[in-house]
Amino acid sequence: MDLSDTPEEEEFRARLREWLAKVLPTLPARPSPDDWPGRRAYDLGWQRTLHDAGYADVHWGASPTTRLIFLEETERAGAPYVGANFVGLLHAGPTIAAEGTPAQRARWLPHILRGDEVWCQGFSEPDAGSDLAALRTRAWRDGDDYVVSGSKIWTSHAEVADWCELLVRTDPRAPRHRGITWLAMPMDADGVTVRPLRTLAGSAEFAEVFLDEVRVPAANRVGEENDGWRVTLVTLSFERGTAFVGEVVACRRVLGELARAARDNGRWDDPVLRRRIGRLAAEFRALWRLTQWNVSEAEASGGVPGAGGSVFKLRYSHARQELYDTAADVLGPDGLDLDRPWVLDRLSSLSYTIAAGTSQIQRDIVAERVLGLPKGR
Amino acid sequence: MRFRLTEDQQALRTWVRRLLERRWDAGALRAAAAGPARLDRELWRELGAAGLFALRLPETEGGAGLGLPEAVLVFEETGRALLPGPLLATHLAAGTVPGAATGRTVVAGVDGPLVEWLDAADAVLGDPTGAVPLRSADPLTPLHRVPGAAGGGTAEPVAVLLTAAEQLGTAARACEMAVQHARAREQFGRPIGAFQAVKHLCADMLVRAETARAAVYAAAVTAAPADVAAARLLADEAALRGTRDCLQVHGGMGFTWEAEVHLHLKRAWVRARRGGGGAVAEEALAADLLSGP
Repeated sequence: MDLSDTPEEEEFRARLREWLAKVLPTLPARPSPDDWPGRRAYDLGWQRTLHDAGYADVHWGASPTTRLIFLEETERAGAPYVGANFVGLLHAGPTIAAEGTPAQRARWLPHILRGDEVWCQGFSEPDAGSDLAALRTRAWRDGDDYVVSGSKIWTSHAEVADWCELLVRTDPRAPRHRGITWLAMPMDADGVTVRPLRTLAGSAEFAEVFLDEVRVPAANRVGEENDGWRVTLVTLSFERGTAFVGEVVACRRVLGELARAARDNGRWDDPVLRRRIGRLAAEFRALWRLTQWNVSEAEASGGVPGAGGSVFKLRYSHARQELYDTAADVLGPDGLDLDRPWVLDRLSSLSYTIAAGTSQIQRDIVAERVLGLPKGR
Repeated sequence: MRFRLTEDQQALRTWVRRLLERRWDAGALRAAAAGPARLDRELWRELGAAGLFALRLPETEGGAGLGLPEAVLVFEETGRALLPGPLLATHLAAGTVPGAATGRTVVAGVDGPLVEWLDAADAVLGDPTGAVPLRSADPLTPLHRVPGAAGGGTAEPVAVLLTAAEQLGTAARACEMAVQHARAREQFGRPIGAFQAVKHLCADMLVRAETARAAVYAAAVTAAPADVAAARLLADEAALRGTRDCLQVHGGMGFTWEAEVHLHLKRAWVRARRGGGGAVAEEALAADLLSGP
């Protein structure tokens, strides 16, 4: 068991740290969540900056440990988060890299890496959220095209996206997990309508997408027809793997700020609150160690994130909510003031036990796939 | 960073597990729980001969020259096996109390207001003056109360960490037992493990145990006080809640003396009372947050 950097890791960390110290001071602030076109431009710009410095493909080509160091250092330095590029960089990109044809890789991957194009994720549907295999959006073949009709929901960044990684049902008679196909759909195609949804945090960061006989070239199909479920699992295991690494670093920083705020406003004298904060410190310390453990395991197994991702997500999503509930108690009456940053974070943390697989579904995954308990509800 | 067990560490863990399976099996546990708690001195000497107490002593002093990570793995296994006896105090005494390293001398330790295994001990760390026996909730751990001693105080970080390691072993074992039972026991025509309510209890047990494992192993590597405090908090939680959930999964059977579950639960309670856990750890971590810039 070794928690120290190897010489190569140390060198990578030092070089990255030096570069961040140079570029970050001149970087403007990220636009507010109400301004998604502004955020799109900003996030693409940051991706371009990373690209030009040689850090664009750290999520793909580098070892899990290198990626961990990248996320740790960028977060520590206060660098922008991947933002609008999340789906392209962490979902669609790796999927195309793993399953796409040479032509498909050449068409999409350089644009994702260079920060030219934004992707969104067309997986969830009104009747197929946690039960993703229940999706009903239909696609049928017509000449060189698929014709797609149906609707998607909870599609983050749909309004500002150029491409959508779309799951469609191509064989309605096949068993649920078969008969699904993975398509890259241009968002400016005829028949695509985007209706933004307002979240309980007040922002419009995701949307409903309506698809009315949208023509998608068959050449945009990644993987075989009716094999989209397998293609998707590659992406999902990735999502539950190390997608939250930077956030744990951020939570540890927030907890420190919280303690100092409590000291300054006198609430630190309340032993109940103080001990709660102490327990959260243990929690986020452990979550960071769990991340390092999972990454080391992934590295040993050839870079494939294991079931440790579900264990992590379950614990982390609840800890994050507890952190911002505690922040509200530190803030006192200010905990109801939407202009205080932790208050918006508290609201958005409510999605963590739902998004990317609810805690209830994650528990099923842990129980069935890790502990080997029988299937059933 | 390679935060996983080395081959040597895996081999050590397997070796200790085998040793304990051979020398302290389910039959021995049941027999011990049936009568008054007695320390098996022959077993104690065997553990000494196997190097469990002298593990961290330098080779020049007859030890194995290993470190905290290895000690943590060993104590996780003894916790898992529910091995009785003042293992921690004897381990801590190796190198200072003659005979402790080899298991010839049994050493007890005063920990706040409680002493485990005082009557069985040849030597005692701390001052047990006035100690009176109490009817111990854990049938496998005799306890004395030391009047006037304060509870929940500070403790040596190594003791806090190794207690966490034992709690981790208990948490992992409780999860295993619950899963075994949930697979085998049928109700309403299917294994109870197919029911989401049972499944989720088991999943939560694993999540708590695995989070605690990462914290305990990391604390063994860094030996940083805040890491040790975090490890102890999470391991106590994983053991206390895990054994309780395990009992729940066992249903009525879990409430009987015959099922092993209560022994694990009661031991977890005893260990949670040792110094350096609970409020002490929380306060230490809180203070640590303010100690930086």
